[in-house]
Amino acid sequence: MSGGLFLQAVVSGLLLGGVYGLVASGLTLIFGVLRIINFAHGAVMMLGMYATYWLWMLVGLDPYLSVLVTAPVFFGVGVAIQRIVIEPNRDAAEHNQLLLTLGLALFLENLALVLWQGDFRTLRVPYASASFFIADTLVEVPRLIAAGGAVVIAVALYAFLRGTVLGKAIRALAEEREGAMLVGIDVGRIRAVAFGIGSACVAVAGALITPFFYIAPDVGESFNIMAFVVVVLGGMGNFLGALVGGLIVGLAESLGAAFLPGSLKQFVVFLIFVLVLLFRPEGLFGGARGR
Amino acid sequence: MAVKALAVLAGLALLAVPPFLPKYFLEVLISILFFAYLGLAWNLLGGYAGQFSFGHAAFFGIGAYTSTLLLLRAGLSPWLGMLAGGLLATGFGLFEGYLSFRYGLRGPYFSLVTLAFAEMLRVVTVNLKVVGASLGLVVPSQTNALLFVFADKLPYYYVIAVMTAVALAITHRVAGSRLGYCLVAVRENEDAAEAAGVDARGAKLRAMAISAFLTALGGTFYAQYFAYIDPTITFGPAISIGGLLPAIVGGAGTVLGPVLGSFVLTPISEITRAMLRGRAGADIMLYGLVLILVISFLPQGLMGWLRARRAS
Amino acid sequence: MSQLDLSIESGEIVGLIGPNGAGKTTAFHLIAGFHPPSAGTIRFKGDSIVGLKPHAICRRGLARTFQLVQPFAGLTALENVMVGAFTRERDTAAARRHAGEILDFVGLGPRRDTAARNLTLGDRKRLEMARGLATRPELLLLDEVMSGLNPTEIEAIIGTIRRIHERGVTLLIIEHVMQAIMALSHRLVVLHHGEKIADGPPALVARERKVIEAYLGEAGDGTAP
Repeated sequence: MSGGLFLQAVVSGLLLGGVYGLVASGLTLIFGVLRIINFAHGAVMMLGMYATYWLWMLVGLDPYLSVLVTAPVFFGVGVAIQRIVIEPNRDAAEHNQLLLTLGLALFLENLALVLWQGDFRTLRVPYASASFFIADTLVEVPRLIAAGGAVVIAVALYAFLRGTVLGKAIRALAEEREGAMLVGIDVGRIRAVAFGIGSACVAVAGALITPFFYIAPDVGESFNIMAFVVVVLGGMGNFLGALVGGLIVGLAESLGAAFLPGSLKQFVVFLIFVLVLLFRPEGLFGGARGR
Repeated sequence: MAVKALAVLAGLALLAVPPFLPKYFLEVLISILFFAYLGLAWNLLGGYAGQFSFGHAAFFGIGAYTSTLLLLRAGLSPWLGMLAGGLLATGFGLFEGYLSFRYGLRGPYFSLVTLAFAEMLRVVTVNLKVVGASLGLVVPSQTNALLFVFADKLPYYYVIAVMTAVALAITHRVAGSRLGYCLVAVRENEDAAEAAGVDARGAKLRAMAISAFLTALGGTFYAQYFAYIDPTITFGPAISIGGLLPAIVGGAGTVLGPVLGSFVLTPISEITRAMLRGRAGADIMLYGLVLILVISFLPQGLMGWLRARRAS
Repeated sequence: MSQLDLSIESGEIVGLIGPNGAGKTTAFHLIAGFHPPSAGTIRFKGDSIVGLKPHAICRRGLARTFQLVQPFAGLTALENVMVGAFTRERDTAAARRHAGEILDFVGLGPRRDTAARNLTLGDRKRLEMARGLATRPELLLLDEVMSGLNPTEIEAIIGTIRRIHERGVTLLIIEHVMQAIMALSHRLVVLHHGEKIADGPPALVARERKVIEAYLGEAGDGTAP
């Protein structure tokens, strides 16, 4: 294939990969602190996209600006979900907790289906088709903003985790639960906050992609799977791994789409997933092991 | 004892009553037994062995596609094609299981890997024109009992009823056998089981083989009953979840659990769909809610709740 | 664990002692196949068992208990022991009979239908031994079966262990309860920092300087011989 197509694939892959990274950061944070694999993550993203859509349709609020609304709202939604559904079952068997988030995913996705039907919706902003060329490579502005926004937020989150008291408490709980309890960290509150932050991240990621991605009740499903692949690849609970893993998966998917016919790019991603799970479950950068 | 008597009575009713049922009720009953059957198949690996597969659609799809392709391309009766599908699914299950267990995948990681395998099969099927790609395959529907095609719903009912009875019998047999005890031991504590002489990997693989085989037969039934299959229906997560929900709600690791679960869940889905005409998704939304409630308040499922009530 | 040279004769009761962290349970993990050794050989009845999985080693006649008891919590005592019995029986009824016998032998007969999670600690320790016995072992590894028990329970377990030995089972026992292990063992092996520092009849070993120092040197360990 020509160098031009290859470069194009790389650029697309990196741009989408940035978004994957943000989605995965939320998931890996939730796993790191609560030790659950949140099957409902994609559903929350989908809800974030719908919220952005309705803010645009009803109030005319630009999707990028609406992030200022969606972030805190979905932080609250995440905290509520954690407090109502997950925390009461924190001592349940691992596989039961997984089923719990699965039930949540089914509920939320189909709630959206009931409320808004399955038709695809699109959010047409005036600048939706803005683009420019770098050499021969096309860069679409909305995708660039999405990737940029995702990276900025992820970096901000990283700084928060490193620099603030709350952030350090979260990391303490993730790394050493009993020690954290001993020094008086309010475990329940931190768990709710972590879930809230994770949910806010993924909802915002959804908001960022609405200018160029369709909105439908099942849109979260594919991002869900991608997020799992990224998190496993980067290492469960490893924040940096989620970001880098996102870029790698984005690249793999995009190159797969360029090289392989039809939708076989998905096969490539799943293959990576299976291989990592089997042969390097701690991920590229080290995280909780699957064994 | 009361439960067993009730079960026998129910079984007799299920044999004698259907010829007199109106068409709609018969369809619902077929649906109930279909998911009970899938639940029973899943339960062997998920409930008894404690290995929660989220990718049983892989076996379902292999069964559906194998028998249908053998019928379309070679004229082979689905009654035989069913067995071929079962064997292929067993092979795939052993492959998947061997890799997963050899590399020590447990709990949620096992669930994720099975999901990935099912999705891989789905993607491959979507992209293979020779098996119909995303358009799927239409199963010939000229009535011919030898080719597993019936004009009426009633014969399909008896087929699925027999399949469910067989799955029940197999589950009961396994539960009381050496394999059953070993599986439960592995589920409760794999290291302790090994120390007590149980070949954990061997036991899990056996459970996987039986579970995959039975699930594949369900795939063939689906193909013949609905006369149409496509990659999303047969390899998609919906059918995987459809099989495990009755088992979880009814009580994983019990003989009657999946059947009880399906008798509770499937009517809920039907009633919801009837009440909220045209509102797709309401039934699954309810499923999600039921799953959350069951995990939260009845973690041992309905069978566990019934047993606890009897004990107190 | 570094350099461990240990041999056990059929019919012996060998006590394995040493201060905390000496590597005793690690030795059990190695022998029973839960950890592969990085060097050296482990032979059982003449054949090497290195690399074999725990269940295969169990089938050859080597069973073990765990320091933190690991019952199958949801199963009854009888069902727990049946799992072990199935190593030797294919038939459920035979396994049930065999398990019942073993339960009676260790004194858990009356509790056979109690769920394992509802048993007292002492009974759970017996259950663990029973499960191992059901595999008809020639060598049984007991890991601190007396920890957490009161003196009456300890007396009872000593009796059970003696009866197990009388049935022809060779025993390798890790224990901290000194009076018990001194009374039971034909031979004592002392580990310290992963190495064997003494090996001989209990009375002699107890007087060895190295052994006394190993124990006294560990501040706060109140179990010096």
